[in-house]
Amino acid sequence: MRLSRGGLIDRDRTLRFSFDGRGYEGFAGDTLASALLANGVRLMGRSFKYHRPRGVMTAGSEEPNALVTAGTGGRQEPNLRATMLELHEGVAARSQNAWPSLDWDALALNDLFAPFFGAGFYYKTFMWPRGFWEKVYEPLIRRAAGLGALSGAHDAVIYEKAHAHCDLLVIGAGPAGLMAARDAARAGADVIVADEDSVPGGRLNAETEAVAGKPGHVWAREMAAELAAMDNVRLMTRTTVTGAYDQGSYGALERLPADVAARPGAPRECFWRIVARRTVLAAGALERPVAFAGNDRPGIMMAGAVRAYVNRWAVAPGRCVVVFGNNDGAHRTASDLLAAGVHVAALIDSRADARCDLDVPFHPGARVCGSRGRKALEAVEVAFASGRRDKIQADCLAVSGGWNPTVHLACHMGRRPEWDDGIAAFVPRAGMVPGMWTAGACAGAMSTHDCFRSGAEAARGALDDLGLKAPAAPAPPRAEEAPYRIAPLWQVPGKGRAWLDFLNDVTVKDVALAARENFRSVEHMKRYTTQGMAPDQGKNSNVNALAVLADATGRTIAETGTTTFRPPYVPVPIAAMGAGAQGQGFAPRRLTTSHTASQAMGAPMIEAGLWFRPSFFPRAGESHWRQSCDREVAHVRQAVGVTDVSTLGKIDIQGADAGRFLDFVYTNTFSTLKAGRVRYGLMLREDGHVMDDGTTARLGADHYVMTTTTAAAGQVMRHLEFVHQCLCPGWDLSMISVTEQWAQFAVAGPKSRALLDTVLDAPIDGDAWPFMACGPVRVGGVDARLFRISFSGEHAYELAVPVRYGESLFGQLVARAEDMGGGAYGMEALNVLRLEKGLLTHAELHGRTTAFDLGLERMLSPKKDCIGKAAAARPGLTDPARERLVGLKPVGAIKQLTAGAHLFDEADAATRENARGYVTSAAFSPTLGHAIALGFLSHGPERHGDMVRMVDHLRGIETLCEVTPPTFFDPDGGRARD
Amino acid sequence: MIELKEQTPCAGLVPLVIGSVTLDEVAAGRMTAIAPHAGRRKALATAFRAAHGIAWPGPGRATGRAGCRALWFDHAHVMLMGPAPDPGLAEVAALVDQSDAWAVVRLDGDDAADVLARLTPLDLRKEHFKRGHSARSELAHMPASITRIGARAYQVMVFRAMAGTMMHEMRVAMQGVAARAAG
Repeated sequence: MRLSRGGLIDRDRTLRFSFDGRGYEGFAGDTLASALLANGVRLMGRSFKYHRPRGVMTAGSEEPNALVTAGTGGRQEPNLRATMLELHEGVAARSQNAWPSLDWDALALNDLFAPFFGAGFYYKTFMWPRGFWEKVYEPLIRRAAGLGALSGAHDAVIYEKAHAHCDLLVIGAGPAGLMAARDAARAGADVIVADEDSVPGGRLNAETEAVAGKPGHVWAREMAAELAAMDNVRLMTRTTVTGAYDQGSYGALERLPADVAARPGAPRECFWRIVARRTVLAAGALERPVAFAGNDRPGIMMAGAVRAYVNRWAVAPGRCVVVFGNNDGAHRTASDLLAAGVHVAALIDSRADARCDLDVPFHPGARVCGSRGRKALEAVEVAFASGRRDKIQADCLAVSGGWNPTVHLACHMGRRPEWDDGIAAFVPRAGMVPGMWTAGACAGAMSTHDCFRSGAEAARGALDDLGLKAPAAPAPPRAEEAPYRIAPLWQVPGKGRAWLDFLNDVTVKDVALAARENFRSVEHMKRYTTQGMAPDQGKNSNVNALAVLADATGRTIAETGTTTFRPPYVPVPIAAMGAGAQGQGFAPRRLTTSHTASQAMGAPMIEAGLWFRPSFFPRAGESHWRQSCDREVAHVRQAVGVTDVSTLGKIDIQGADAGRFLDFVYTNTFSTLKAGRVRYGLMLREDGHVMDDGTTARLGADHYVMTTTTAAAGQVMRHLEFVHQCLCPGWDLSMISVTEQWAQFAVAGPKSRALLDTVLDAPIDGDAWPFMACGPVRVGGVDARLFRISFSGEHAYELAVPVRYGESLFGQLVARAEDMGGGAYGMEALNVLRLEKGLLTHAELHGRTTAFDLGLERMLSPKKDCIGKAAAARPGLTDPARERLVGLKPVGAIKQLTAGAHLFDEADAATRENARGYVTSAAFSPTLGHAIALGFLSHGPERHGDMVRMVDHLRGIETLCEVTPPTFFDPDGGRARD
Repeated sequence: MIELKEQTPCAGLVPLVIGSVTLDEVAAGRMTAIAPHAGRRKALATAFRAAHGIAWPGPGRATGRAGCRALWFDHAHVMLMGPAPDPGLAEVAALVDQSDAWAVVRLDGDDAADVLARLTPLDLRKEHFKRGHSARSELAHMPASITRIGARAYQVMVFRAMAGTMMHEMRVAMQGVAARAAG
């Protein structure tokens, strides 16, 4: 019910919204929760397990009951707390976990069976029959219990990630946070103030107290405006700091206002990483309930939330309110309700010695011990000090069991808070998070005056630490400094279920049962009962639950201790943490200069590392990739083919020690290579396994250019830097990647030289360009590099030009190749060509193979040391029984070979124990007319001519194969040399 | 004899003007990675200044101006942008042509730092990343070089093959920043 006056709402701006399909009106400044209460809607959700009717309980991000879903399809957002959802025009919210409707929920039946559903129920009940868990029980339970759901549609919403840096991060813009920010900002520090509310001020917006002679919320507004106007202050509202991490890093989730988020290109939420040199945690405190029978009825709310609804949103949460508490805050609640004209039926204070001047029926020493009603509170049962019990009619009960300082962020680095008997709560210790000061209610300062004072103190400490001279800050403003008087009250004994964790439906009995079954450690109790494991992370229940556990186990609360506080402080959508990583944003795309032309030729792209490379180039009449691939292979074998090899890693290495360095990182020798020549090299990891292979060309006396495989370019560069910086730092050596500088194209086939002669400024002089020669050439007047190397086994070259000319050169090479009966070839043909020659890729260099396995042991030069040489000599790595490289060709009725299949001796069963090896690469060779494969076979080189069975268990293929040498085509290499 | 046509890294992708921020390609001219030979760092710094009239930049710094700029590029390298390197430098340093290896853009505007804050973890506050400061860092998930070249202007470089991804990431960030600023 809306009060006729007051509140920080804009009554001139009416907003229409709907809840479960019914239309309502609220005002700008409302939350969904306050607007629903204003419209008399009390039932806002159903509980997780028992489907109990629930109403809003709090006014903040800790809300356990009023969880709703907003939006539809790709914009659907579940589990929004109605207390945090700022009302905006047209918002359509729906209740969750109820069927067919919130009002008539069929699964409320669960509640009748509650006696069977206690803690450990699942563990004890669903043990048998064993197979039923996955197929029957779990799906049923998942359907019955739950929260909101995603739509299943692709997420159409934009999320954002961003970074921020500051000298001082102030978490919370209540009185303590504002004071700390003010003093730090005036001292010249770079300050970020983050607060999860839409309006700075914290409790000042929810209370009626005065600050410096004006209403608290006015003071807060003016202070926030002053801060926002300062160049060195960034005031971030709607921003919840979610986690404290190493070295002053904090995660924070910012919700953008609905009108901003609706603009084109605008994100809904932004996940910030804030790096702060120092931090002031001024996160306030959360009020805690008292556990009594039926304490979850809609209409039972936290007293501080009732004040917030009355004072900030001008909403009376009920017509007839009973206030129940164990501290003076209850009196303040009654007072505010009276001032707002709301009937207070009783003020029940569990403290027998409490006094009250208010004009309300006052019952010191009494306790609320039960509630009546179903979907809304109708009456409360009270046990008076005299022992008499009676009912008092009420549609709202405001409860305060005291306040728990919000210590969460202070605990994120693993330290635990300490118990303070004075305020019956856990408070942070000093230095729990390096560089963090705590101030205000989260540090146990329970009056506004104390909050101001501790905020100023924290700022002073942080400024000293930052080496900033704080000017004599003006004294904090005058503010309320009434003492916080509390007498602990955790539970009121009685029949019936008394809720601790409202979100996960955990009761006092569940915790007592856990203790009885010897889950006495607070961590065990938590896991056994699920208390504190719901999306509110136990904000409303942790301290109460461990107080009950302490009682049940005969320990003090301090002895019982807390569970571990972990980020995030509030639920963070995965979409916000992974912002931008959809579609193109998933990973950088590296495109070659031939990309556009290849796509225009219809080539499907495959990803190699981050690069995109063409698979094949379909021509008219070709309906299957194999047709294109076979044709492209034939082009290379018979005429000339062109392919883009720019993606291979290229590393420029210079210096007087360059040759010596290459001798050290390669197994074979490069210092003896002549200038103008290229050599194939093999590189080992320190553990003796092969890291990568490739060719390295000597361009000059002290100048080499190394080629790596596409996928391992980064790994090799990192390895070379490691070796240089750590193993031979004094050597005269410099290296840098030139992968991106050169567009490089392989021109391969018997007509390759003829083709090149049409594009090079001067034709190739055959004698000067033997196989494995390299050197400078000119193309169209541009300085280029030519390498006579071959990955196809044909007479072939690789021509490199600066990337700016790549697209132009590729087009002209392909056009000329086509004129000569050839054309472009893609990765499929490239793979077939190298397989026919038994050349290696990372299918074979997969990280577990050695030079010995690959038949390249003679490449380990005996004349010198190299990285990995000693490790490669270990007996286990030179055992002839190791799986070693062989070729395979089909000899039986089945002709298919598949990569990933396993090899078995002919007579053996195809079981794991009998596996003798595996296939790494397979293809159909159009040149040979049958399938070929490379694989690793135990004793491989000794078994050429043997028959083995290839079994692909996944695809159900079994092929009889002959073991062959790995080179199938032109074994003496004559074609490449001719 | 054939004729080769040139193409710039960001051809067809720039300019991008969204909100207060403009992104355009920089014609950087010759780019040369320069690394001193062992023990010749001082000699190189002297020769470099004599040849090009700008200081050899220390770690995290840039010297010179548009047309002749030197960026600290890694523990070993400085990137000279603009002129062809003085051939005499080859006596004391390894020179590697990188003119085609990088996509170089200029991000300019009141909200340029806010755009970059969405893409790089660098601390770009004006007292911490002043004109003449240069860093190797990441832009979105790409290795990048970022240099402050004006009160509200930054030079950003990524691998040339990633130019398209840079534009995509920049566009998303610029739209997000502009949308907040609008209204």
